[in-house]
Amino acid sequence: MKYLFIIAGVLLIVLSIAAGLIWVERRLLSVWQDRLGPNRVGPFGLGQVVADTIKLFFKEDWVPPFSDRPVFVMAPGLLMITILLTFAVIPFGPNFYVFDSNIGILFFLGNSSLGVYSIVLGGWASNNKYSLIGAMRASAQMLTYEVFMGLSLMGVVMMADSFSFCRIVEAQKGGWFFVPQFVGFLVFFIAGIAETHRLPFDLPEAEGELIAGYHSEYSGMKFGMFFVGEYLGITLISAIIATLFFGGWLGPSFLPPVFWFLFKTFFFICVFILLRASLPRPRYDQLMELGWKVLLPLSLLNILITGAILIFLK
Amino acid sequence: MLSILRSMWLTFLHVFHKTETVEYPEVKPYLAPRYRGRIVLTRDEEMKERCVACYLCAAACPVDCISLQAAENEEGRRYPEFFRINFSRCIFCGFCEDACPTYAIQLIPDFEMAEYDRQSMVYEKEHLLISGEGKYSGYNFYKNAGVDMGVKGKGEGENEETPVDVKELMP
Repeated sequence: MKYLFIIAGVLLIVLSIAAGLIWVERRLLSVWQDRLGPNRVGPFGLGQVVADTIKLFFKEDWVPPFSDRPVFVMAPGLLMITILLTFAVIPFGPNFYVFDSNIGILFFLGNSSLGVYSIVLGGWASNNKYSLIGAMRASAQMLTYEVFMGLSLMGVVMMADSFSFCRIVEAQKGGWFFVPQFVGFLVFFIAGIAETHRLPFDLPEAEGELIAGYHSEYSGMKFGMFFVGEYLGITLISAIIATLFFGGWLGPSFLPPVFWFLFKTFFFICVFILLRASLPRPRYDQLMELGWKVLLPLSLLNILITGAILIFLK
Repeated sequence: MLSILRSMWLTFLHVFHKTETVEYPEVKPYLAPRYRGRIVLTRDEEMKERCVACYLCAAACPVDCISLQAAENEEGRRYPEFFRINFSRCIFCGFCEDACPTYAIQLIPDFEMAEYDRQSMVYEKEHLLISGEGKYSGYNFYKNAGVDMGVKGKGEGENEETPVDVKELMP
């Protein structure tokens, strides 16, 4: 019974963060762009979320006749499923997790690889030149960055001696892993931005260049699922950064641990939005060069040095 | 890398800047007095209509949105029998104001004229005529030029000299 509450609680928190992000992102972006975001619809513009949802429901949910119908319909769902599944292994508090898997990190990496599928299939099934280009770029970008996303986490795993998220949080009671694993944190952060294809790595979407890329043929609730799926991805990466490098739910005890976890996650979400507000988009080959030539060697060096120091200390 | 962090920091500092948004309709934007907004027909200082139905504004209008018909009242003074402007065609260029010899038709800084129905965008004379002098106060066309309407005789207008008697020898 308690289990059902936990599952419902996690789902509720995650989905309300993702929906609330619609409003948060627009208000934060506008604060950094010297303008006011939506402030008309409800109190402080919060009704914008409801208005956008209703609008997406009422839009004509047209499946292009030239597209591959079952794949087209399935692609956005796949994205949501893989991201929500990963939330099941992240601890929101000392006993507030759905499932304490002892290969939590591997589960997360596997799901993010499946998430690449949703974009590739979405672009492929659209049967549209621009969607295809967007999907191919997306798959190349995400594959590249996934390689060292996993490698950069190996330093954390070595320091905590376990792949399980809960155990990693507990291993940080002596000190957050952000300090010894600073390089790993940076590499994972950049890889995370590329995984969720946010600015500055949003070439798959590239709203001015690729005419919305892989989701140009999507409308109505399917587009809504890609859209909310992207926000869920941001929330997931922020939650994982907070868990693996910044101590998860650890914090001074005058506030409940869930609050510390949510606060850290929210902080990283704001950093994601700040990145979107401030940085220009690199060219595609610059992006790939950065991945293969700079970040991969850095993450390998990180593993080398962390391993060497740990062996030396034992 | 440092330049990226610097961009992020500078963008973050925008939190402390004033927003540039003008929150219409609670805050109205500033409009200069010569702003070309809604068209009005004005009266002179004796509260008589300035418009003499000369058709110059209708001729100048690039989209032909002005329609009027001249008539003469009992004193012999010309006035428009009807004066109709179709605001769904009007482009607010101000050519009619430039063409008008009597400063009758003027454009004022008001733009809030939205309607639901295209027929209610056609303004008749009773909608256009205002009871004031508009932007140019103290100007009465008949004091400067025009036929004798009881306002001035020949040679008695402003900037005019009385006619010289050509049969007299005295200067």
